[in-house]
Amino acid sequence: MGEFQVEDKKKQTIIPIGPYHPLQEEAEYFKLYVEGEKVTKLDIELGYQHRGIEKLCETRHFDQVVFLVERICGICSCSHPFAHVNAVEDLCGVDVPIRAKYIRCIIAELERLHSHLLWLGLAGHFLGYNTVWMWAWKYREPVLDICEFITGNRNHYAMFKIGGVRQDIDNNDIPQINKMCDDLIPALDMFKGAVMDDPVIHARTKGVGILTKQEAIDYCVVGPTARASGVDIDVRRDDPCAAYPLVDWKVIVTPNGDVFDKVVVRVLEMYESVKIIKGCLEGLKKEPKGEIDAKVKSFPPGEGIGHYEAPRGEVFHYVLSDGANRPARYKVRAPSYMNIPSNQVACTRGTISDAAITLAAVDPCYCCTERSAVLDEKTNKKIFGWEDLLRLSQEKTERIKKRIPLNPPFVPTEPTSVKGEY
Amino acid sequence: MKLTLKALTKSIWVFHAACSPCNNCDIEILDLLTPRYDVERFGIVLASSIRHADALLVTGFPNYKTAKKIKYLYEQMPKPGVVIAIGTCACGGNFFRDSYSFVKPLDEIIPVNAYIPGCPPKPEAMIMGVVKLIKALKAKNK
Repeated sequence: MGEFQVEDKKKQTIIPIGPYHPLQEEAEYFKLYVEGEKVTKLDIELGYQHRGIEKLCETRHFDQVVFLVERICGICSCSHPFAHVNAVEDLCGVDVPIRAKYIRCIIAELERLHSHLLWLGLAGHFLGYNTVWMWAWKYREPVLDICEFITGNRNHYAMFKIGGVRQDIDNNDIPQINKMCDDLIPALDMFKGAVMDDPVIHARTKGVGILTKQEAIDYCVVGPTARASGVDIDVRRDDPCAAYPLVDWKVIVTPNGDVFDKVVVRVLEMYESVKIIKGCLEGLKKEPKGEIDAKVKSFPPGEGIGHYEAPRGEVFHYVLSDGANRPARYKVRAPSYMNIPSNQVACTRGTISDAAITLAAVDPCYCCTERSAVLDEKTNKKIFGWEDLLRLSQEKTERIKKRIPLNPPFVPTEPTSVKGEY
Repeated sequence: MKLTLKALTKSIWVFHAACSPCNNCDIEILDLLTPRYDVERFGIVLASSIRHADALLVTGFPNYKTAKKIKYLYEQMPKPGVVIAIGTCACGGNFFRDSYSFVKPLDEIIPVNAYIPGCPPKPEAMIMGVVKLIKALKAKNK
């Protein structure tokens, strides 16, 4: 996004969207540079929701960090803890009990269901087609009911724990959860039929905001945005974690890369989610009542990485431990961080009227993505540029390396100079 | 009885401003407008501009970028109006009060009329909060 931060001197029409725009639920600021009806350039200004979670993580102990990363994003409030526990379990090298694996998958897929329904509704809202919004959100409520039934809360489930889960699913409740999942199928059928055959949705989304396969690879997009462009990636299949290898499901890929295909991918993925939940419930039935927690006692020094397929794509967490009860460094990369820049190509081919839906089509989540920069108020210049940040992070790595001896010792290669965009 | 205050208690139009939330409170606010809770039957509508709104719903804590903006929004709101802090972050900062981007609590920046705690508060809790607020406004008006 660096090249767009330089303001053009010549006269150009700029249409601002945000920061407080009636269509957006989050505060973010888009500048659309237009020539007539056509959007020529796009600039995104973020930072309205920056909360400094990575730094806060260093002040909390490992068990508290689960709750903190849950609050990175309210919609993916199970994917972030999922990636976090994967990272910490990678660090500790613990094996999770099979029952906990199934429960993790059930919660994660319920979240995917409600997230996709939420997106479908908001997409309708962005098209000015509020009927879709109301219908989609009406059928989202039963999903939240299942979440409330299992975990006790509609959102922010607090189910994840390093080494397992916090609450067990009673085997007597499984028939009822199964029935609640079955009740979702007619609603999904209705969406598949009504939304996919709707002339208004066809007219507004077909051939709009196309992201070709090559561009999808170039911009490193992830999740449904990539799968709609024909890139066959899914972390759940490519690097299986929890119970995903134990149940039967498939990855949905469509070739065209327009907004309509993104709708199709998400609608069809919801069927797969229901399939996974039902498979996991079957698995739970077979497993005897028992351990749901591996009871992790201590955290060794070292580093761990964990990733998981959030509803929006791959979410990546990195944890560095120095043997204390809290992380020495924590790093989060949310899927929207990769997906939002792809709007630069997807958005600039269309007109202003298509901009809102194209921007929304990647299902952006800005509170996951927020980064901050420090500016000098008088000169309006960045105090920490790319080179400064690189130097600072290298210095910090050196300091940490002194504290934690690596095993086997790392042999440094010749440092290459990275010329940043800034 | 002041006419403006009396009018305020009928069909409150709300404007929703996200300070720096995790989106959950925002989603639950939108959830209120959809068929299950349907607060539109009480005349509560999401206004598209703060200048048309009677109530400002604030979610999340004010950080360096939004603290000024939220004050500016409040100044634009037609008076008399009410400010409702939704969620624990808006009420007291949650555990983000230790963050470097936390400026100060919301009620030290703008006056807050009602606090609805919860992470996120359930839609029923929000409806109850609004009902209590209307009752308090009516009692004050007598």
